[in-house]
Amino acid sequence: MNGQWYDAEAGPLVRPYAMTGGRTKPGPHGVRFDLIALVVVDPAAGGTGEEALLGPEHRALLGRCRDETQSVAELAADADLPVGVVRVLLGDLLEAGHVKVSRPVPPARLPEMRILREVIEGLRAL
Amino acid sequence: MGLHDNGPAERGGPGTDEELAALALKILVAGGFGVGKTTLVGAVSEIRPLRTEELLSEAGERVDDTGGVERKTTTTVAMDFGRITIRSGLSLYLFGTPGQDRFWFLWDELALGALGAVVLADTRRLEDCFPAVDYFEHRRIPFVVAVNCFTDARRYGTTDVARALDLEQGTPVVLCDARDKDSGKEVLIRLVEYAGRVHTARLLDAVGSQADPV
Ligand SMILES: Nc1nc2c(ncn2[C@@H]2O[C@H](COP(=O)(O)OP(=O)(O)OP(=O)(O)O)[C@@H](O)[C@H]2O)c(=O)[nH]1
Ligand SMILES: [Mg+2]
Repeated sequence: MNGQWYDAEAGPLVRPYAMTGGRTKPGPHGVRFDLIALVVVDPAAGGTGEEALLGPEHRALLGRCRDETQSVAELAADADLPVGVVRVLLGDLLEAGHVKVSRPVPPARLPEMRILREVIEGLRAL
Repeated sequence: MGLHDNGPAERGGPGTDEELAALALKILVAGGFGVGKTTLVGAVSEIRPLRTEELLSEAGERVDDTGGVERKTTTTVAMDFGRITIRSGLSLYLFGTPGQDRFWFLWDELALGALGAVVLADTRRLEDCFPAVDYFEHRRIPFVVAVNCFTDARRYGTTDVARALDLEQGTPVVLCDARDKDSGKEVLIRLVEYAGRVHTARLLDAVGSQADPV
């Protein structure tokens, strides 16, 4: 990875961020995953050989996503890690092609009536 | 697969959303201290209420103006978090927003792309929800006011509450019991219905104000 390991303004290392090498912002793309962005494992992505190169936290995240599509918020809560840390780790996984991450739905397009009706019916049926 | 076809740099590019075909909608639950946000999220969520923590380095910079050596504050803040699966590929996510003033900036991220919000109110301390009402009105995020009817609180009618809060015309006010699942569901239904109406009205407005037809 040729990105900077430390943000310019990183300051002293915060312990949870040690596992991200002190990075507090995801990779060179500087994406900031929405809390409800959904993470799916790319089935076409590298086999176990490549995964062996990942750190334990990366592998743990990947495992969780493999069981079930997960939102960024769920991943953070389940892994008991700050959302910021999970974002950095996901940035690595995205970059290495292990996962795909859905963009959050842009507000202008958000409430398609058909979907909203489905949501209302779904809530009623709960 | 990898950087080139699903890189985040390609904003608006084709594919990703459709490929995933999974839709996640976000609803915020806001309101004053101790008004029942955590209770409401827990009552309707199908997963055990999770809390998610955020590292507040940016907040630290704003809050601690100590001068001289720059210091990062590493406070964590918890948000309530819940999920309701409507069907495979369509879920609602609920976020209870942190109540303290210094975490307001977190709301901006939470509010981005949100379908709408529930503002919980307690009639004994109605003023506690003013900031939340202001926040959502200014950002034009559809919200409903849900009055959490604590047993020892005097009951007010919904119109009294609407007037006291000086709500914009049409903003729904519902009475609820945050501990009760069905009551919580009803609040969410009202919100989704209202968000749909608001959105439709805005679309019509946008169409109507276009100078040139076709
Ligand atoms: N009687 C009654 N008690 C309630 C109701 N809703 C919540 N409570 C209680 O009120 C207290 C506060 O509720 P919470 O859900 O923690 O409130 P909150 O808004 O999450 O509080 P903060 O996160 O601290 O701002 C808890 O002890 C709840 O059990 C209700 O509808 N009726
Ligand atoms: Mg709470």
